[in-house]
Amino acid sequence: MNDRLRTLVDPIVVANPVTLQVLGICSALAVTTSLTTALVMSGALIVVLTLSNGIISLIRKQVPSSIRLIVQITIIASLVIVVDQLLQAYLFEISQRLSVFVSLIVTNCIVLGRAEGFAMKNPPGASLLDGIGNGLGYAVILIAIGTIRELLGAGTLLGVAILPLASEGGWFTPLGLMSLPPSAFFLLGGLVWAVRSVLPEQAEPMRDANDAGPPR
Amino acid sequence: MTELLLRAVFTDNLALAYFLGMCTFLAVSRHLETAFGLGLAMIVVETITVPINNLLFTRLLGPGALSWLGLGEVDLSFLMLIASIGVIAATVQILEMILDRHFPRLYVALGIYLPLITVNCAILGASLFMTERRYTFDESVVYGFGSGLGWALAIWALAALRERIDESHVPTGLRGLGLAFILTGFMSMGFAVFGGLKFG
Repeated sequence: MNDRLRTLVDPIVVANPVTLQVLGICSALAVTTSLTTALVMSGALIVVLTLSNGIISLIRKQVPSSIRLIVQITIIASLVIVVDQLLQAYLFEISQRLSVFVSLIVTNCIVLGRAEGFAMKNPPGASLLDGIGNGLGYAVILIAIGTIRELLGAGTLLGVAILPLASEGGWFTPLGLMSLPPSAFFLLGGLVWAVRSVLPEQAEPMRDANDAGPPR
Repeated sequence: MTELLLRAVFTDNLALAYFLGMCTFLAVSRHLETAFGLGLAMIVVETITVPINNLLFTRLLGPGALSWLGLGEVDLSFLMLIASIGVIAATVQILEMILDRHFPRLYVALGIYLPLITVNCAILGASLFMTERRYTFDESVVYGFGSGLGWALAIWALAALRERIDESHVPTGLRGLGLAFILTGFMSMGFAVFGGLKFG
């Protein structure tokens, strides 16, 4: 596999930003009660992440390192405002359900993490690919959890009935827990467990006996 | 007000019901001592920034907020996001300088957590929720304090649990992050139970 392709594909499974790097979890859990919101949120994040990576990479040589964080946050925040306004204009009902979580892309650690960790050191082309790849990696997790939660919690997918509900003469009784916050924690915990069982090199080591506490 | 406080601490807990600040929540909950410092810093910063952002919204950026300038129809609420970030970053920076100058011991205890908090979505989230729900100034003080306290309680509890669990034998893939998620899920169920509280 050549380097370009690797930049794009690696973050989707092997170096997934959510399960391996533990980034961007807040929104990953909050918007997954239905598949629709998960898809819209993934789209918004991919757009912001790709553009911010590209722009930051373009100006990486002009920005003095002492003010780089402020510059990065301003660029990201401006992109997020644009995306948020677009969603409110064209997908008003979904943007209401996403509530504050679109705005919170600003503090999503994936975006700032990739800007600081990748875009500041690499040319624009590679940074764009890295943005798309990490965005897709985040999207895969959101879609997986969103699918399970909507299917088991309401018997629907994208609002279309898949499992016939018992209340309407079918056989399926929705699991109320799936639409509540705790289920998102359990599902993501299970997903991390599954990924780390398949790729054991990602598992965390036992706590070292010498690791007595925080550095003082 | 009591109800708003209890809701902010328990049923609407930022970490356990809205998943805010999860990155920091999971990364800094390995040791009780660090979690304690971060929790305190969180309470302080939330209590200060949410009311400031409330003033900013009601006096400058919200719909009709500029009527004292004769610009009643101007609505700058789309600037709220970038302004909140500015307020939070500035508050944290100023707080850091004040602590460093006047309360050196507190600075040593909280110092390293303050920069972490600038990019914490729980802080920004509380300000955004305050804006979305149109709290008054008094309510925003209570909400800021309550949501900070709720987040702090959650991370203290999780850190105490994780210190114990690190000693035990856990399936390899579940070690660390996986188990932390599942524990947080159980805590989230526990906190949601407070939803049954009724007031006068």
